[in-house]
Amino acid sequence: MRPRLVRGGLIGVALAFLALCLVMPLVAVFAEAFAKGFEVYWASISEPEARRALWLTAVVAGLSVPLNMTFGIAAAWAIARFRFPGRQLLVTLIDLPFAVSPVISGLIFVLLFGAQSALGPWLEAHDITIIFAIPGIMLATLFVTFPFVARELIPMMEEQGADAEEAAVALGASGVQLFWRVTLPQISWGLMHGVVLLTARAVGEFGAVSVVSGHIRGLTNTAPLHVEILYNEYQFAAAFAVASVLSLFALLSLGLRRAVEWRMAQPR
Amino acid sequence: MSIEVQDLSKRFGTFQAADAVSLQVASGELVGLLGPSGSGKTTLLRMIAGLETPDRGSILLAGRDVTRSRAAERGVGFVFQHYALFRHLSVFENVAFGLRVQPAKVRLSKQGIKDRVQELLRLVQLETLAERYPSQLSGGQRQRVALARALAVEPKILLLDEPFGALDARVRKDLRRWLRALHERLHVTTLFVTHDQEEALELSDRVVIMHQGRVEQVGTPEAVYHSPSTAFVVEFLGDVNIFHCRTEDGRTYIGAPSLDAPTDRQQDAAPTRVFVRPHLLDISLGWTDSRQFRAAVLMVNPAGPIVRVELESEWGAIVRVDLSQERYRELGLRPGTPVFVAPKAEDVLMTA
Repeated sequence: MRPRLVRGGLIGVALAFLALCLVMPLVAVFAEAFAKGFEVYWASISEPEARRALWLTAVVAGLSVPLNMTFGIAAAWAIARFRFPGRQLLVTLIDLPFAVSPVISGLIFVLLFGAQSALGPWLEAHDITIIFAIPGIMLATLFVTFPFVARELIPMMEEQGADAEEAAVALGASGVQLFWRVTLPQISWGLMHGVVLLTARAVGEFGAVSVVSGHIRGLTNTAPLHVEILYNEYQFAAAFAVASVLSLFALLSLGLRRAVEWRMAQPR
Repeated sequence: MSIEVQDLSKRFGTFQAADAVSLQVASGELVGLLGPSGSGKTTLLRMIAGLETPDRGSILLAGRDVTRSRAAERGVGFVFQHYALFRHLSVFENVAFGLRVQPAKVRLSKQGIKDRVQELLRLVQLETLAERYPSQLSGGQRQRVALARALAVEPKILLLDEPFGALDARVRKDLRRWLRALHERLHVTTLFVTHDQEEALELSDRVVIMHQGRVEQVGTPEAVYHSPSTAFVVEFLGDVNIFHCRTEDGRTYIGAPSLDAPTDRQQDAAPTRVFVRPHLLDISLGWTDSRQFRAAVLMVNPAGPIVRVELESEWGAIVRVDLSQERYRELGLRPGTPVFVAPKAEDVLMTA
């Protein structure tokens, strides 16, 4: 009887916690979004500034994914397959964005490329704007999301070992053939998993982007920033409407992630 | 194609994996590299394949120096211990891999590749499993796929790293016989690594025994077994009793009795070791021979074609003797029986 009680108790606590921290807020987002009816909801997400914010978020995420995918594969391959001086340092550096507060990450770029920085005057002279513009948002998002793919692939590639790759080399495969025919197919599901996490984070990033974006409405506002501005202006229904779009995306990536994880657990 | 390795050395950090190894394998020969783990045999094999770069020395294949050539240019087939099959490809595609990655100029046509793969699958008796994936095969089947894959590009040299290491005893014996038969048919120069002395002695034309990155002895299985050149080889090739003894006036003394060991290499009074294989010792119940020593039976294992007896000698050492079933029944040995042990003939002693 005892173990059953303990088990029941633990499940109860976990479910209660889940309801409080996840289900209720999610329900609240959608309830608030539709509080003033569907027309207000539709108007809130289709007005130009909201559309621009959602579009900017899509562009930033869409560019971050291929860039960090490439970087992640390269870093994971180097770390899992080669022994070189500075390898351990690279492993640590890849984790850095997870360890640093996103606000600090944003601030680093302001200090590097802002008007007051050492590079500032040079950038201004050459008419290059990074901070309070889209390049800054890109940089901040890339920085915050770059560990996802590498973190996913390093343990996977280390576990698989270099056997199959060595076999391919012994059979005469060139470097390019090796990558497309052996390495990539073997890591494809892990890569997919990493990309789902990376996309979710790129879409939802607030802190780092908030610092570098400058919150210029209709110009450098991403969707999460737009939600905050609306909320601060007491436009609750509109804020939650945009938030609900982000939530839908989050649910979608959660489902996708589960599907990929299920597929990874299958043999072969 | 012949293999010639000259003065090859490789170091991993502080570990000397290969230490000035020289070796020659004639075209069409089947040679076993035998040694304990860490003896450098796999490293040597990988260097010949081009999967590892030697620190010093050179590798010649058919007289051509390939030390700096890429693996793909060497015309070498390599079979890995854990098969290293491509998990995401079917058996057919695994075997076809080497053919598909060839440069367009020399690549076979689609039909040509198909025919060649089917021919190879027939050779390794897997033609019915072409559409399966590696995870759906048994260990023995996977190893045969790995072999077919390596043979697909018609290598002049076949290198096998512990080819049967991960298989159970039954499958292992079958595959061993099958590999020998395959070699008789194809006559590809073959070099395989093993730590199993039985496997090396049964399969090879010649055996190379390695120890701590060096070659200890090279010879036919018969030669290395019966005339081992170093103490390590004696101990490595099967069970052996080691007697610590001293030599005086050209005679070797073990405990009290003298054993007339060959002493040409020993200085008088120098402490030496004498090696005797268990099947070359005999047990008797009474005193019949001046070369006998006393012992007491500790353990008897009669399960098997021979009876393994473990005894404690009068000076307290453990001695192992192998008896025939008939001899064992004749003696009626039990733990505790006091007996006399003597070598069957004088030439059974190997000193080192």
